[in-house]
Amino acid sequence: MDLASAKMIGAGLACIALVGAGIGIGNVFSALINSVARNPASQAQVQPFAFLGFALAEATGLFGLAIAFLILFVF
Amino acid sequence: MAIELQPLEQFEIARIVPLHIGKLDVSYTNSALMMTIVVVLITALIMLSTRRAALVPGRWQSVTEMLYEFVADMVDTNAGHGARQFFPFVFTLFMFILFSNLLGLVPYSFTVTSHIIVTFALAAIVFVGVTIVGIVKHGFHFLRLFVPEGVPVLLLLLLVPIELLSYFIRPFTLSIRLFANMLAGHTMLAIFGGFAASIWLVAVFPLAINVALVGLELLVAVLQAYVFAILTCLYLRDALHLH
Repeated sequence: MDLASAKMIGAGLACIALVGAGIGIGNVFSALINSVARNPASQAQVQPFAFLGFALAEATGLFGLAIAFLILFVF
Repeated sequence: MAIELQPLEQFEIARIVPLHIGKLDVSYTNSALMMTIVVVLITALIMLSTRRAALVPGRWQSVTEMLYEFVADMVDTNAGHGARQFFPFVFTLFMFILFSNLLGLVPYSFTVTSHIIVTFALAAIVFVGVTIVGIVKHGFHFLRLFVPEGVPVLLLLLLVPIELLSYFIRPFTLSIRLFANMLAGHTMLAIFGGFAASIWLVAVFPLAINVALVGLELLVAVLQAYVFAILTCLYLRDALHLH
């Protein structure tokens, strides 16, 4: 296997990290909808935490995406 | 069809005014230029909007007041009692990151926070500062931060190293989170822009995706500044109140 194709495969593998980010973000917002549906008055208190959770969950997936970009375009 | 993609070109640092002191390269770069613009803009916004401060704020004054109140509220609710003296620090961090993220989205500009050295410097300032605050406030007692209360001694052997690790990994996670978000976002924009440029007729689709992505990036730019500031507040609470 030559280097170019190994790079492509590696970048593709690195993108698997985004599965976790997808699950995490889905979890965060499903929990937000759940809690707001149960107690609509709590929306103002809960929403900032949801967006904090969204950003934290998204960041972990982006680590993988950044690695994929590095493999493709830097090395 | 070979598509020539150079999506990382936008992160290149160019020397505008080359300057060397001995072996040290202290050139004025495009990164430094963007930082200067950011600082000047923030200062101008705050100084000019509060120059003729009125009891009933005008448009610009209410922008500044909203930003101020937003961060002040964040410090009060997250950093706990007695953290108000660190408000200027958190406010400066938040404004700097927010403005450099948002200005980075302007086409052909430069994103300061997409360089790990910049975000790591910011995170290192936070980490060292918070540790010093904790040691000054609690002295030797500060080490209690690493010992959870009400835990059997046997379990402590396992928990203390974990707590230590999670404490010392903070500057890295804090900096990599911001850096990776900016890097991945801007690279993605450039890649879809490259698609749109290389396929002529159906360029509408990647362009449409790009429009949506710019919207997402605006959200991410604000959100990451918020996350950086709020995590600084949480670390401050740890140092001030030890759990």
